[in-house]
Amino acid sequence: MIERFSPTERAAHWVHATAFLALLATGLILYFPSLSEAVGRRPLLKDLHVYTAVAWIIGLTLVVVLGDRRRLRRTLHELDVYDADDMLWLQRYPRPQGRFNAGQKINAALTGAFAVLFAVSGTLLWLGERDHRFQFASTILLHDWLTFFSLVLLVGHLYLAVIYPATRHSLRGITTGQVRRDWAARHHEKWVREQE
Amino acid sequence: MKPTETRTYGRRAFLGVTAVGLSSLVWGKGAWNAFVAIAPPSLVPGWRIYTVASTMPRFDPATWRLTIDGLVGAPQTISYDQLRALPAADQVSTFHCVTGWTVHNVHWRGVRFADLLANAQPRPDASVLTFTSAEKPYVDTLTLDQAHLPDAMLAYEMNGKPLPREHGAPVRVVIPDMYGYKGVKWVERITLGAEAEPGYWEQRGYDTDAWVGHSN
Repeated sequence: MIERFSPTERAAHWVHATAFLALLATGLILYFPSLSEAVGRRPLLKDLHVYTAVAWIIGLTLVVVLGDRRRLRRTLHELDVYDADDMLWLQRYPRPQGRFNAGQKINAALTGAFAVLFAVSGTLLWLGERDHRFQFASTILLHDWLTFFSLVLLVGHLYLAVIYPATRHSLRGITTGQVRRDWAARHHEKWVREQE
Repeated sequence: MKPTETRTYGRRAFLGVTAVGLSSLVWGKGAWNAFVAIAPPSLVPGWRIYTVASTMPRFDPATWRLTIDGLVGAPQTISYDQLRALPAADQVSTFHCVTGWTVHNVHWRGVRFADLLANAQPRPDASVLTFTSAEKPYVDTLTLDQAHLPDAMLAYEMNGKPLPREHGAPVRVVIPDMYGYKGVKWVERITLGAEAEPGYWEQRGYDTDAWVGHSN
């Protein structure tokens, strides 16, 4: 076995994932009329949605403050940098990949951008209800479209991490931190070579 | 890209998507309206249901009554059948919510306020209608002049069907020139008065005269 994700990285992932699913559940109930009618309790659900969002931001902040920031910075760097192999891999050539393949790098960049946009548009929705200077006709559209795009990302992410046989071993990495060396050598060859 | 070269596409993707998203706060609604104008209606998401109480009121045609009281010569208690027997009006209008979403071409059927209030004989000093919802504590007002706008009504049908529960069954206020929070749902009482008390959202800072595009 070989360590793919540090405790700090795993904490960041699971704080984000848990909060996202809770926000998605409450958000969908608030959004769909049929669900709204069946569940009722809109004021309570709104509060739950908002408090979950606050917990999400506090949680991620705590992970950064208390966690291994040097590792996180290195992770960010790995996600930032694309080499020639990455560009070829994206064109479906079987090129060796680092700890993150190019698809995971794209997923990370989009997830990060969506997180910022969710936080900004959600804050504006909350503020706008209290102070109309912050009320813009487009805020709710942005929040909705982020939900839609995030769902597409989530479905792809879950498929590859939980269902698709060749890649689902990666779930072990994000839960226990460890992955099998032979699996890593197949999917993240350059990273395994660096480790040796 | 040369074999040894690297590029920081990750941060560019992150910053680019973030910038596009933030800028959409300016152009989003315009782009959406342009899409709605050409898209098939089935592709356009419509209503959002906003409620303030823990459950939506249930409508029972047998026991439901609409009360009209206050500054009137003859207070009324109207059953659902009596309401449906009043002169009916139809209209197709656009519904604007103050939070930014819009539903086009909603077909309403209902009663104009002039016909609804005729039997109650409003007194000359009555100038405001207060609509009390069965969803407590929702309440809002219209002036008599606003209620007598040609496309304001108390609606009991929407798109050819009895008003659904989540839209305020059996009756809601429709006033297309104003934002939706003026359109009280689940109306159970209409009180005529001389002065407007602030409605549910007015107590929370929203305008009493909620003209679309000119308020809040």
